[in-house]
Order: sequence, then structure tokens, then C-alpha cells
Amino acid sequence: MITQNDLTQISETEWEIPQSYRSDMRGSVRIFATRELLDHVLSDKSLEQAVNATTLPGLVGAVTVMPDMHQGYGFPIGGVAATEFPQGVVSPGAIGYDINCGVRLLASQIEVESAIPHLEMLATRLNQYCPSGVGKDGMVKVSIPELERVLRDGAKWALKNGYATQADLARTEENGTFKGADPRKVSERAKNRGRSQLGSLGAGNHFIEVDVVEEIYDEKAAAVMGLREGYLAVQIHTGSRGLGHQVCTDYVREFQSVVHRYNIQLPDRELVCAPMDSPEGAAYLGAMRAAANFAFVNRQLLAHATRRAFEETFAGKSKNWHLHQIYDITHNMGKIEVHEIKGKRIKVCVHRKGATRAFGPGAPGLPPEYQAIGQPVLVPGSMGTASWVLVGTQDSMTRSFGSSCHGAGRMMSRSKAKKQFSGEILRHELGDRGIHIRAGSMKGLAEEAPDAYKDVNAVVETVSQAGIARKVARLRPLAVIKG
Amino acid sequence: MPFEEISHTADWSLRVWAQDLAGLLTESARGMYALANAESSLSDVEEQAQGPRVRRELLLKAVDAESLLVAFLEELLYLSESEGLIFDKFDILEINETKLNAMMEGGALRSLEKEIKAVTFHNLKIRESDGLEVEIVFDV
Repeated sequence: MITQNDLTQISETEWEIPQSYRSDMRGSVRIFATRELLDHVLSDKSLEQAVNATTLPGLVGAVTVMPDMHQGYGFPIGGVAATEFPQGVVSPGAIGYDINCGVRLLASQIEVESAIPHLEMLATRLNQYCPSGVGKDGMVKVSIPELERVLRDGAKWALKNGYATQADLARTEENGTFKGADPRKVSERAKNRGRSQLGSLGAGNHFIEVDVVEEIYDEKAAAVMGLREGYLAVQIHTGSRGLGHQVCTDYVREFQSVVHRYNIQLPDRELVCAPMDSPEGAAYLGAMRAAANFAFVNRQLLAHATRRAFEETFAGKSKNWHLHQIYDITHNMGKIEVHEIKGKRIKVCVHRKGATRAFGPGAPGLPPEYQAIGQPVLVPGSMGTASWVLVGTQDSMTRSFGSSCHGAGRMMSRSKAKKQFSGEILRHELGDRGIHIRAGSMKGLAEEAPDAYKDVNAVVETVSQAGIARKVARLRPLAVIKG
Repeated sequence: MPFEEISHTADWSLRVWAQDLAGLLTESARGMYALANAESSLSDVEEQAQGPRVRRELLLKAVDAESLLVAFLEELLYLSESEGLIFDKFDILEINETKLNAMMEGGALRSLEKEIKAVTFHNLKIRESDGLEVEIVFDV
């Protein structure tokens, strides 16, 4: 078990486990956390998992972990690891089963006071139009050839089929389409799981949440994005559903023997990997990007359904009921990027698992209007608590491979939360605070109790103080739709 | 009960024990279904299977016993998600560390309380301890 004695303090918000900690490490571990958040991190096995992640062949720089980090399986949630392209490895387990799980934020011109009498109806409509829960079919069922076009084209498919606008695509990471997606590398089984789930939220911690913009911290950035204090906004948090889960499952299983072929030694079988320039590694990259495109379309379809719910609720009651996109980000992904390491520009695969890309001003790939302010970073809180809009900084580019936190981060196990909290009581408590809840499962709701998570405000203060992201706005929840 | 849920910050972890590999696979399947239903009693698993009985033969190959266990549970997850089937009777016809041939019987799944994304290989090791024992972490 790693203790505080094994850590070197770099600053108030940064710690290091040196490479000398264990002989098989290929780099150090950098932890962004205050002393208080570090106590949470030390209470589970997340740092052991971060140390294990440093053994990935081709690792460049340190494995970096965010203040919302917690124990996962293999690679910790909240972890970032870069491997040199193309001879380094790609590890499906370091990206996660829910490939391109991410968050989309839409904003409105609807004032909260005028919306309050209609929130009940809005929550009901969102729940009706946005399929959620275990085993529920999505909004559209596509044929296998059509699904392959979804996998290849991503959000462009949604645009062509009337589910998206050009403005949505412009404000989506990678414009909603990962290049290099290869549907042929996605198994029949994955396609069968995915074809009926397009446009569905799923269960667990996924949600659609209606918020009010409660406070603006950066007037200029908020104005560029179109976020105004006192107005409604919507967050959509979901990923690639069964299709992505199956892609990861398939490759983790295949790579169990591939690691022997390339003579790769690892401390945990869940970290199995393959060199990116090997046929197996290239196949995974193609399949991962295809699954990521599915996730972009999935969130786009849910945004489409959300707009319908808004229109039916607010048309005629509000002057402008339209929802415009602020941004759509992925927090489970492997991306080929160029980063400066010790003065040298190197092409790497940045594995982010429960970590958000947080590119600073002027970074490539940002829409023109965001070039000056940096990339929006969307940080949803736990249910019933605040969420945050941040922007990436120059510092995040040099200190965390252009990455920041992705949420509050769990600290209590699901089994304990289930015993300690009641879904029904929780729903009433949130209702008393004016938060409308629509949930398919009361047990699932109990597992997502806010007290099972760290304080999102403390997480955001940490990345802000560390300088790897800057605060723009805080959101307060009004209605939550969950599976 | 031959399985129990153990604490894990974000995901689910299940400890399973049995006399032999065939028993370990069967009990792991029951444990996984129980977790997905947020129930811990075996009878609830059986109550889940509805309607006419369905029989399926399963033939799996894997590189070792741990991979075989994962492949088996993944097969069950896939059948529940793609065909809405749940199995409560497992007749193991042939088994060794790299091969499984089983006849399974079950029915239509009434509902699942919770979604299991995947069966992971995280620290997966089948240990001998007066029979066999394993801890399985599920991504949920």
C-alpha cells in the first residue's frame, strides 16, 4: 500500500511518486491534489494502479492523475498516460470499456424564473423522448450497413440525417468525427449490441441534467461561449453503449495472448496492450475510433430529442427556446497528439480515462471562436450538486498533456452507498430542493447518492489552483433524468 | 452462499468459491446475475427466467482458465443484452483450463436492475484454497 511517505510534494496541489519507487516503472506518477483530496486518493488502490500504468512500454513523461481520481480496474479513473507513437503501445484498458464516454453542454436563452413552472413537464418530456435504463432500445434502430456508416462518419452521419446542425459539429471535439475509424475492425457482436442502442442514455452514472447558470467567473469566456447567468443549460453524459463495451472487451481478450507475442510484461492483465505499429494495435485504434464515432452520434441524437422536449415545453412561453451547443468532450479516449517533452516535440497517444482534454488558447483543432479563450472543459458534479465549465490553459499543455479533471470522482463503493442511502428518500430530499428527478431504478439512484462522491468544488478548486484549467461558470441542477 | 460482493470504490467486485472449475464458472454466473439485479439470493435469479424454457449449447476456447471464466461470463452478458435471455441451469459437459462445452437452460429475462458494461481481467487470478477461489471486478 502506498502511503504519504512514498510521495514527494512538488507544490500545494502537486505530488510525485518517483520512478525509483518500483523497479518496473518507466516514468514517475504525478498527482494533482490538495492534501485533503490526497487522503481520499490514499484510501483506495488508485495510486497502485497509477504505478502499474507507468509500466506501459513506450511511456513518455509521467503518468498524470487528476484530483477526482479513484480506483478503477487496471488503470485508475482520472489517469492520463502518453505513449510514443507509433512504436509505443495502446492499451484498451487504459481508455476504458465506455469508449468516448463524454459530456455535451447546450445553453439556452430561457430565464430560470420563467422556466420554473414548466420544469415538471420538461422533465417528463425529456424522460419520454430520451430512452434510458438497462436494456432499453435507442431512438433509432439502424441496419448493419447503416451502422457502419455511423461508425465511419460519426457526427457527419447525424448532420446528413437531420439530427445535427453544422454549428453542433463545429463545437464538438474532433468535429464529431474521428478520422481513421475502421468499422471492419469492429466485431459483428459489437455491431449487434450497438445497432439498437443508438440514441440511448444507458444506466449507471449517465444522465441528462437541466441546469441554471448560477455564477460566471470569466465574463469574456462565458460571453464567447454564450453562457449567461440565470439562464437554462443542459448537460448530456453518456458514451458508446454496448458497442463500445464490446469493442473493449474483444480487444482486452485478444491482447491477453498478443502481449506474449511482443514479449510485454505487465503487473495487471487488464493493462494488456499492443504496439501501435503492430497489426493488432492498429486494428484496435481503428475500432476504438469507430466506437467513439458511435458515441458522438449517440449524444447528438439525445441532444436532438432534448431540443424537441424544450420546443414542446417552451415554444410560445419563451421568446427563444432554442438550445445552442457550448461543446461536446470525450473523457475516455486514446488520441494521437503532439506534445512537448523536455523541449522536444513528440507525437504520442494520450490515454485519458476519466480525464478531459483541456487544450489551452491557440491549440490546434479548436473552433475559431475558442482559439483565444481555450477549450471548454465540462465537469459534471454528482447528482444534486454543482457542475462546472472550465477552459484549458497553456499550463495544462506543459504539465498534464493538455488534460484536466472530468467530474467529482467516487469515494464510496456502490455496495456501501446502496446500504447507506435510499433512492426514495434521496428523490424526496432533492425534490424539496426543487430538483426534479426521473429515475428508472431507485437502487441505481441510491448508488449515485451525492455523498458517495467527492466534493466537485474541491476538485475544481484544485485544478484551478494548479493552473491546468480556469473557471468560467458554475451550474446548479434543476432536473435530472437517469436510467 | 458460494459468492459475496466485496467493496470496490467505483465498480463491482465479486468473490466466488467452488470445489472445481465447473462449479466456479456456474457460481460466478449466478453471482453476476444477482449483482445485476441488486439482489443476493439465488432464488431471485431463478425467478428472473420467464416464459418457455430455452436451451443453448456453448462451446468456448481460451488461453487459460481466467480467460475462459471471462469469456463465459461475457457470453452470458451478451445473451442478456442482445437476446434478453437469462440462464439458471448449467450442465457442464466438458471442461479444462482452455475449453468449455456446456448446455445451458433458462428463459426470457424479466428485467435487469443494473447494467454491467464488462467483465474485467483486473488482478484476475484463480487461486487454490480448499477448492478454487477467484475475485472478479465488473465495470458498471
